[in-house]
Amino acid sequence: MADHDVLVVGAGLAGMRAAIAAHRAGANVAMMSKVHPVRSHSNAAQGGINAALRGTDDSVDSHIYDTVKGSDYLGDQDAIELMCNEAPGEIINLEHMGVIFNRDEEGRLGTRAFGGASYARTFFVADITGQAILHVMYEQILKSGVRSYEEWFATDLIIEDNQVRGVVAMEMLTGKLHTITAKSVILATGGVGRAFEPSTNALICTGDGMALAYRAGATLLDMEMVQYHPTTLAGNGVLLTEAARGEGAYLINSKGERFMEKYAPKMKELASRDVVSRSEATEIEEGRGVNGCVLLDLRHLGEKLILTKLKYIHEVAYDFAGVDMVKEPVPIRPGQHYIMGGIKTDVATRCWDETGAGRWTGPKGLFAAGETACVSVHGGNRLGANSLLETVVFGKIAGEAATEYAKGIGDFSVSGAWQSDREAAIKAVMDRPANGERTAALRLELGQTMNQHLAVFRNEEGMQTALAKVKELRARYASLPIVHKGSVYNTDLIFHTELGYMLEVAETICAGGLLRKESRGAHFRKDMPERDDENWMKHTTAVRGEDGPTMDTLEVVKTRWEPQKRVY
Amino acid sequence: MRAKLRVKRFSTEGEASTNAFQEYEVDVPEHFTVLDSLIRVREDVDPSLALRCSCRASICGSCAMRVNDRARLACKTRLTSVAKEGEIVTIEPMGNQRVVKDLVVDLQLFWGKVRAVEPFLLPDGPEPEEEYIAPNEAMLNLLTPMGCIMCGACVSDCTSLEVDKNFLGPAALAKSYRFVADPRDGAQATRLQNLNESGGVWDCTRCNMCVEVCPKGVAPMERIMELREGVMDQGMTNTPGARHVASFANSVARAGWLDETMLAVDSWGKFNLPKLIAEIPLAIRVLRRGKMPLPGPLHHKLKGADAIGRIFKRLEGKHARKF
Repeated sequence: MADHDVLVVGAGLAGMRAAIAAHRAGANVAMMSKVHPVRSHSNAAQGGINAALRGTDDSVDSHIYDTVKGSDYLGDQDAIELMCNEAPGEIINLEHMGVIFNRDEEGRLGTRAFGGASYARTFFVADITGQAILHVMYEQILKSGVRSYEEWFATDLIIEDNQVRGVVAMEMLTGKLHTITAKSVILATGGVGRAFEPSTNALICTGDGMALAYRAGATLLDMEMVQYHPTTLAGNGVLLTEAARGEGAYLINSKGERFMEKYAPKMKELASRDVVSRSEATEIEEGRGVNGCVLLDLRHLGEKLILTKLKYIHEVAYDFAGVDMVKEPVPIRPGQHYIMGGIKTDVATRCWDETGAGRWTGPKGLFAAGETACVSVHGGNRLGANSLLETVVFGKIAGEAATEYAKGIGDFSVSGAWQSDREAAIKAVMDRPANGERTAALRLELGQTMNQHLAVFRNEEGMQTALAKVKELRARYASLPIVHKGSVYNTDLIFHTELGYMLEVAETICAGGLLRKESRGAHFRKDMPERDDENWMKHTTAVRGEDGPTMDTLEVVKTRWEPQKRVY
Repeated sequence: MRAKLRVKRFSTEGEASTNAFQEYEVDVPEHFTVLDSLIRVREDVDPSLALRCSCRASICGSCAMRVNDRARLACKTRLTSVAKEGEIVTIEPMGNQRVVKDLVVDLQLFWGKVRAVEPFLLPDGPEPEEEYIAPNEAMLNLLTPMGCIMCGACVSDCTSLEVDKNFLGPAALAKSYRFVADPRDGAQATRLQNLNESGGVWDCTRCNMCVEVCPKGVAPMERIMELREGVMDQGMTNTPGARHVASFANSVARAGWLDETMLAVDSWGKFNLPKLIAEIPLAIRVLRRGKMPLPGPLHHKLKGADAIGRIFKRLEGKHARKF
């Protein structure tokens, strides 16, 4: 007997939505997360969640088109259509769960403007939308009684005969390893921002699910597509929401010019993120920056609006930069924020090719949703407020699909010595002699390298340098010791394992960047600045090989939209 | 600058077992927070130091701990705001909760109390086809309790919880407020009834610690006071807490000042002899020091009491609660 029909690894929005959907579909479902669910990084989504719910002019088709265009035509259009069609229903569902969305004068759901969108279709809770939804989702988990393994860290996906069987995981409070078997597993572990330094991402965003899947034979898709958010604080890289610009804030350079008028005459500050980040980087490179930053100016919005709709970023700018944005502009710059790439799934969130055509490889019974997955709905560039939408739409689909899949799986027992192998591997690392190397120092080298060479502007030489550095770090990682030998809450051991995950994922980011011989979305090569639709309406794929990733390509799914020149 | 951190260490593991302070010194930039500094210690000096942290931006709620005797989010606390150059900062785990290792506490107690308030929307009847219609003011009012990140700082420093483990505590009560004040919730009366029980809203001593330490402006005690009003407006006035409030108001409305003796008698109930007898030694001590006015009929009206009475009249029926 398996412990569970469905096991969800990761308990942010995608994970919890999946667990609730599986529970409603009648599955014995459990969640597992290395942090308590409400500590998940979905918290950090500030601005809102998109849906063409109603409105005089807006339509689902417009939302689809904006998303396709935002993706620089790399998103799979069938997946985008599905997401945008499901969006209105999911917004209502969240509202029914108890999310305290902003209202209009009639007491109905109200919206705000967001980047890359033709209409104001972003539903929001001040500037804490992610937190407000995450906590409500956890309320629903408590209501459902779904089992939750909190502060359990997954170390292995158990795969036998190309079929997922569960995970090996460490209970962090005791350091004990456990085997949890399941008929299907959903990965919802978020992104890999910590492979970059600085990043807006929380310290927990270390690509765990991507690495676990990659090691288990799944395919990683479009890993070179890394989003730099236009407005991050200079000091610690913390995010200031796009909603600031949605509410009307300006971006200005050292001369006081609203420079976006030059780069995106129509949408200006609300052009898509890749466009705005590149514009900022150009301003800074050409000497019109202020200490390596440009300025985000909210002063004309007035104190009342700032303190109600943008209260949290007002607090953040004050706490971390000492700036009162009611009175002064805030220095900001592009910073690593999100990865569009991830574990390749189909529109039902399956990580394997169900059609049997063998277009890509991946173990059966494995599902993925949220930032860790790549369906792909964001293609080369994600639109703001489409990420929360992706988590709930595909989280729900994953929960239902994994439940359905589990019904077809009979009793099994795990034959391999997965847990004792992991125990032995941990012991071997623990027994390594101290050689002066520290996990944190290697992580920093990785992060700085990636942020230098795989940022807003890229080129062949830089990406080659980064790849070589990642390979060197992997070699050094092979003898990296763990200083602390204890069992209880040994974060030294956790960070060591996470670094191993990030190094493997980072290698696929570099390899994807080198493979894609064009500029598209967030992947802008100064040595190849044009988009090449003839050769590159393709995803890049990475499969783990003996010595680094084996790279290939996969056609983009088109339904109704032919690529056009992208102007904002 | 040089950061000097005095950190409470705790471990029950074999040779490493400890329960004592350890001092660390690290060089850090001026703008570093307490969390940045602890991370530097963990990365460069002592990887055995255990603490929870994640977002570094005061939204995930992981890093609540005591800094110089007061619960704070380490990521939101600049080092220079708690210590001048060269001064030692004392860092300990949160209070009122079992320590697991160093700065990591067991959150079972915290979540157990949250679970006890049925922390999920209980709508009345079937869901509408579209969204619930609700005024934006009601949603904006809920923004305050919804801003709670469940960090535990208020529970750590709650003085009632320190002596009364049965108390639901500030975080759970603020969470409960989030539903009581939600126009979509259909269980307001039951919720208030439960909060009227022992361990509920009346166990708060109004010490204000939770308001002071909350890093997100949730001000749990103020939410608890609104809940008290809600409880009394529901006609649930037969508890020592509710009677205490009524007696307080009555004596001030009548005489302009507090009748301490009747406050005890009314709160505990006239016939609750054991409780009243237990109060006698205290009453005698207070009387001797001249700190208690004469009771009952002997409690004289202050000059200007009528004016106070008129203020009471004018405010009657108006309340601070926003639901």
